[in-house]
Amino acid sequence: MIHFVLLISRQGKVRLTKWYSAYSQKERTKVIRELSGLILTRGPKLCNFVEWRGLRVVYKRYASLYFCMCIDEDDNELEILEIIHHYVEVLDRYFGSVCELDLIYNFHKAYFILDELLIAGELQEPSKRTVARLVAAQDSLVETAKEQTSSITNIIAQAAK
Amino acid sequence: MNPFSSGTRLREMIRAIRACKTAAEERAVVRKECAAIRAAINENDQDYRHRNLAKLMFIHMLGYPTHFGQMECLKLIASTGFPEKRIGYLGLMLLLDERQEVLMLVTNSLKQDLNHSNQYIVGLALCALGNISSAEMARDLAPDVERLLQFRDPNIRKKAALCSIRIIKKVPDLAENFMNPASSLLKEKHHGVLITGVQLCTDLCKVSSEALEYFRENCIEGLVKTLRDIANSPYSPEYDIAGITDPFLHIRLLKLLRILGQGDADASDCMTDILAQVASRTESNKNAGNAILYECVETIMSIEDNGGLRVLAINILGRFLSNRDNNIRYVGLNMLMKAIMVDAKAVQRHRATILECVKDSDASIQKRALELVYLLVNESNVKPLTKELIEYLEVSDQEFKGDITAKICSLVEKFSPAKIWYIDQMLKVLSEAGNFVKDEVWHALIIVISNASDLHGYTVRALYRVFQASTEQESLVRVAVWCVGEYGDMLVNNVGMLDIEEPITVTESDAVDAMEVAIKCQRLGLTTKAMALIALFKLSSRFPSCSERIKDIIVQNKRSLVLELQQRSIEFSCILQKHQNIRSALVERMPILDEKTFSGRKAGSLPTAVSTSSIIPCNLPNGIGKPAAAPIGDLLDLSSDDAPPAPVSSGGDFLQDLLGVDLSPASAPSGTSQSPKTGTDVLLDLLSIGTSPSVQSSSSAIDILSSSHDNKAPVSNLNGLASHSSLSANATSPASSAGMMDLLDGTGAITQKHEENGPAYPSLVAYESSTLRMTFNFSRQPGNPQTTFIQATFTNLSPNVYNDFLFQAAVPKFLQLHLDPASSNTLPASGNGSITQCLKVTNTQHGKKLNRLEACWGSITLSSNHFGNFEYFGQGYIWHV
Repeated sequence: MIHFVLLISRQGKVRLTKWYSAYSQKERTKVIRELSGLILTRGPKLCNFVEWRGLRVVYKRYASLYFCMCIDEDDNELEILEIIHHYVEVLDRYFGSVCELDLIYNFHKAYFILDELLIAGELQEPSKRTVARLVAAQDSLVETAKEQTSSITNIIAQAAK
Repeated sequence: MNPFSSGTRLREMIRAIRACKTAAEERAVVRKECAAIRAAINENDQDYRHRNLAKLMFIHMLGYPTHFGQMECLKLIASTGFPEKRIGYLGLMLLLDERQEVLMLVTNSLKQDLNHSNQYIVGLALCALGNISSAEMARDLAPDVERLLQFRDPNIRKKAALCSIRIIKKVPDLAENFMNPASSLLKEKHHGVLITGVQLCTDLCKVSSEALEYFRENCIEGLVKTLRDIANSPYSPEYDIAGITDPFLHIRLLKLLRILGQGDADASDCMTDILAQVASRTESNKNAGNAILYECVETIMSIEDNGGLRVLAINILGRFLSNRDNNIRYVGLNMLMKAIMVDAKAVQRHRATILECVKDSDASIQKRALELVYLLVNESNVKPLTKELIEYLEVSDQEFKGDITAKICSLVEKFSPAKIWYIDQMLKVLSEAGNFVKDEVWHALIIVISNASDLHGYTVRALYRVFQASTEQESLVRVAVWCVGEYGDMLVNNVGMLDIEEPITVTESDAVDAMEVAIKCQRLGLTTKAMALIALFKLSSRFPSCSERIKDIIVQNKRSLVLELQQRSIEFSCILQKHQNIRSALVERMPILDEKTFSGRKAGSLPTAVSTSSIIPCNLPNGIGKPAAAPIGDLLDLSSDDAPPAPVSSGGDFLQDLLGVDLSPASAPSGTSQSPKTGTDVLLDLLSIGTSPSVQSSSSAIDILSSSHDNKAPVSNLNGLASHSSLSANATSPASSAGMMDLLDGTGAITQKHEENGPAYPSLVAYESSTLRMTFNFSRQPGNPQTTFIQATFTNLSPNVYNDFLFQAAVPKFLQLHLDPASSNTLPASGNGSITQCLKVTNTQHGKKLNRLEACWGSITLSSNHFGNFEYFGQGYIWHV
């Protein structure tokens, strides 16, 4: 089971956090601080696994961002690397060659995509196309709702004239 | 209006925050934003609610408190539109954790949304429930989730399956409700549903043995077929990763098969073919393939025995170990740890490769490999493996040295084939990384050395050699110093020379030089210096030619600012000057240290108090007793600087207190030579608080000291004096107390004075000045040895009357003090009357712990026409209980 997902920039800034196990807000801050110290300092050629508090953290760096997932000791580390890559590919497809700025300004979208990929710390969908389709469908629901409200506002505005 | 349309203020806020150059600037921006959001919340602003929440989430990620936004999430979730709900659920998952009470309020909204006509809203609710559900929510909403497992849209079914996992983890009792729907998910074609269904079954098996049996009976064949289909499936672009169709599904199927096959031979049998196929035909040039192989190996190792498959699996791990990719090697080592339980021999074949991994540059791999090596060691290979590890210790990183040292020490101790080998290896470790060695480890080494009587000479010479080379590793220095002190004569005379040794010429003064180096070296700690001082003291009788020099060195330390050193050097020089007759007996070699007692002590199974009170009192006076456990322990305890008050320190206090009584003339202004002495008597007497006061008044001072011959080390001897109640029985005799005084008297100013046997508890002038005298009378009730009654009598020596007399006292925590009211609060002038007051002191640790002697402080407040006075007892006026 994945206990949490962290996206941390090379400078140690948090770009996304998702918690599937119970960590209080205070613990969360502590965990993030501890892990960024542990992971950001590791050399580029070392393995992608760090042992931490009896758990294992699998991380992978994409450009300036570190994607980290914390798992149980008996989980498959290599598979987690694939899941991270899976997520990155979906992000890439969604934003079109994703970069850190996309994830900063559209952080909520990164969350929405992650929610289509993982629930309760387990993988939900192995197909990138399906994930993309589901996110797109929900985005269009938002668009429609937005158009409706704006048209209603227009009608009200005109009526008020 | 919508935060996600163009030109929204969310974007602007992020931009503003990113433009900040300092943390202070950022805080200011965030503070302003938070204030605006709070205001909007207070106005119950609806139009911008979701934008505000989005901003709050960003602020939250930066690490600022955002609890005030929690209710906004609930409001958004309760609203009707999809965009609001979407952002509301996101906020709920981000800003709240499952322990917050607010969460309960959302249960109702969740229930409605789980039954919503819009499937995306159902999806949002399932996702939120799956990620943050508490046990209560799980119980309330389980029926809805169970129903959704059969929903028409597969995307809802898969979400419901994962949500069920959270539910059964929170409330395992609900597992049986999910067994049937879960097994029907296994027949699905949709990969998302299949993958989550398999995962749900796996977790059901973990929480319920009933479910495990159920799936074993009904699903194994289906699962094997699914795995075969997927493994043989032609290229399908949607699920393809590195040429493999859906490795995620592969892995989950293998995991479920592992759980079903474990402990069930028939089930294991069903899956051997497909496991063999996966293990042999999966491409291993990409990570995805290796992930599957890794999982497959674990399944093979876990299911019931199949020799052929296991060989295949171990070979895969062998390939993993020689892979250039660090990740693959890491998981290989990880898996070998599990394999070692199944087939240790096969793992032994990879020993060389594993040892290479210990030397890897990657800390994660080093750690794994070291743990694996540790498991690999047995009697037959301990020598070469230890050699390798020690060689590596020389070049390893500082951070890794601690780990590796601990492991080597533990291995050497566990598998040592011979004592000489053990000693050799420990010396190597100590000289390489002595600073990383724990105190217990070198304590244990000393005990082994002490027990290997044929190796004393060899060991002390080897230690002397490494000590000469370097004094950098402190625990090495300690062991060396101890051994030189004990076996210095063997060092000089080359006693017990082994064939393998090179001859070495050490003169007596060389050995003394070495000890002097240890005492003078700035880098070494107090414990080491104290040990070196004791060693020197011991050498004084071994090396008569150097005894003058040793005396000089000891005398130099009498001025040491460190109390421990000062005190010991005063004691030692006193013995050297005045007690030549007993010295050689005092500094004889330590008796062989008892390994069993030590290991018992280490394991904590033998409380010190028991051993001291039961062994020592009967042994010491006879002078023939077997060396007791406690002095040894004390000696060793002495060496741990940071140890909490150990018996030793009580000895220290004791001596210190005695010295206080003895040496500070200021505290005895009236010069009554008797009162401090009686005081000492009382002190020693009161030491017997721990035992029934059986008085052996016949023994003399010399008797006490010589009775401890068998203790040999003066330290332990003195500790014995301090801590063992038997001695206090001796000490009641005045002669012995006088001897004590003399022994401890560095200045030699006190004249010995023999006194007739006084009462068991003579009175003590606790305080005396030109204006006030305070006398204590002690008594104790038979059958209640913990409690000492003290009657304090105050006499006014001044010509003025004291009106508001108040006596106060304080005691250390382990004592309880009860003060009865004073007989009066007016103290007549010029000794024309007195006030009495009763004090009851109870030692709460009686019988449990050696009596620690500590100062009790008191103050007397007096007020008269002339002065309001507040006086303390000087250090000399401490009473001991």
